[in-house]
Amino acid sequence: MEKSLNWHEFVITRLIKASGYSAILFVALIFFFLVREGLPTFAETSLSSLLSIRWYPIEDHFGILPLLTGSLIVTIGAALVAVPFGIGTAVYISEIAPRWMREILKPLVELLGGLPSVVLGFLGILLLSPFIRVFLDLPTGLTAFTGSLLLGGIAVPTVVSVAEDALDAVPRAYREGAWALGATQWQTIWRVTFPAARSGVLTAVMLGVGRAIGETMTVMMVTGNAPVLATKLGSLFSPVRTMTATIAAEMGEVANGSTHYHVLFFIGMVLFLISLGVNIAASSVVFRTKKRAERILS
Amino acid sequence: MRRALLPIDRHIAQRVGFTAITLMAFATVLPIIAVVIYILVQGLPAISLEFLTGFPHDGMRAGGILPAIIGTIYLTIGTAIFSVPLGIAAAIYLSEYASDTPLTRTIRIAIINLAGIPSVVYGLFGLGLFVLFLNFGTSILAASLTLSIMTLPVIISTAEESLRSVPQAFRTVSISLGATGWQTIRRIVLKEALPGILTGVILGLERAAGETAPILFTGAAFFLPRLPHSPFDATMALPYHLFVISTQVPEMPIKIQYGTALVLLVFVLTMNLIATVIRSRARARRQW
Repeated sequence: MEKSLNWHEFVITRLIKASGYSAILFVALIFFFLVREGLPTFAETSLSSLLSIRWYPIEDHFGILPLLTGSLIVTIGAALVAVPFGIGTAVYISEIAPRWMREILKPLVELLGGLPSVVLGFLGILLLSPFIRVFLDLPTGLTAFTGSLLLGGIAVPTVVSVAEDALDAVPRAYREGAWALGATQWQTIWRVTFPAARSGVLTAVMLGVGRAIGETMTVMMVTGNAPVLATKLGSLFSPVRTMTATIAAEMGEVANGSTHYHVLFFIGMVLFLISLGVNIAASSVVFRTKKRAERILS
Repeated sequence: MRRALLPIDRHIAQRVGFTAITLMAFATVLPIIAVVIYILVQGLPAISLEFLTGFPHDGMRAGGILPAIIGTIYLTIGTAIFSVPLGIAAAIYLSEYASDTPLTRTIRIAIINLAGIPSVVYGLFGLGLFVLFLNFGTSILAASLTLSIMTLPVIISTAEESLRSVPQAFRTVSISLGATGWQTIRRIVLKEALPGILTGVILGLERAAGETAPILFTGAAFFLPRLPHSPFDATMALPYHLFVISTQVPEMPIKIQYGTALVLLVFVLTMNLIATVIRSRARARRQW
């Protein structure tokens, strides 16, 4: 009895430890398989071809620059929507809204985070893009701008929840101190609470941007998918094609092991590295401030 | 240095500022409600017994969406089978066993990165590892495994948070009564943390059920007029089906599109609602 209990305990503990390490294994595996399928790109096509401005795989033109600028312009547009509205909503929920309103708004924002991106893309095609075409008098409503608006909506819940956590974590004494000195609530929010939560809000913005870069279905459905180099601000109102949409749209039709196949994996590798960079930057901001807080407290 | 304002000015500033922020918050939230209501109104006329239990025909322009509904249920269950035990075990490790070592920090960074990897990159990974390398083919198994790894960080982080919120005294008392480490975790800590873990699990699976990009090349079938027989079959799925009928099929009746969107939305929102209810009930009941 005693013996079997120990054996049981031993096995379970080992299993739990192995599960704990699995996250590292999965990140390594993902990177390994992207590299394994993506690296042959360099053997099959030249760097100058990859960095050209023409994406036309049928004739072996694999310039990824139009895709990079496409992702960039849509992401910037999304950030312009998600950052002010996300932070505004977070400030409202955490600092201004009465308790009952908070209990309604938080689940609703969470709901937005759970809406399948394909549903937003679907409404984007049927409602938003015709509206934008008529309203802005464009030849087509399937533009980077349309994608940015929807993508902003997709990034908002991330920004709201992380920024709100950061604002909530500011000690109540900070606010009480400001009020005692005669500051209004509004002054307290922007000169005391918000600066104290700055690094958390920055993390929120970075994670929101990361979410926007990686979004696939919505942008594929509403940005028009034209691999044209976006060079000026006006490109926001013309069709573009992002890196994610290119992979999603073309991977189903390429032959396994062809150059096109390898280039698509290479684009996946680039996306992986971008998200790795964004997330490590975002989490190091958090770690740094935690350390500062620990120093102050000790 | 800002100009010092008269008291009356700062109260006006506060009123203007509060109004602006409130409007922003509502501008963020109201479209969500509008989207849900709009799809409900437009989609309801399409819903019928035949639509929910029939097979698509006439190039998907008529008939029902049963294979897509069943496919999404299979994929969600498949994802749960792999990600729930693994995710909870990893959370137990982080909350109950791991100390603050470089290895633990690496695990945490890995989890943060898993959460940030674009869904289409998961699709590529699933294609490379499960479909081709392990030779599972385009199948429910490959798609479920891909979705599981994507869901893992959500489950781990919410479960860990929930485990950590169980007071330390509970563990101390259990150990002092002679329970082993695992007995304490299983009978005391897990039991107390269960509602929080369940909420995280459902929210993670909700995300998986609505995803399209990871299953595009790993398990989704464009059109399959029968139900899958084994985990090695490809399957139709609601999100991919909605994508197909709204972009790839010309002259698709709008009613069927809205009907499909509605079914997907109801599927996802029901999970969301269950998670919210479990969480708020657990919060109300909690005594520590």
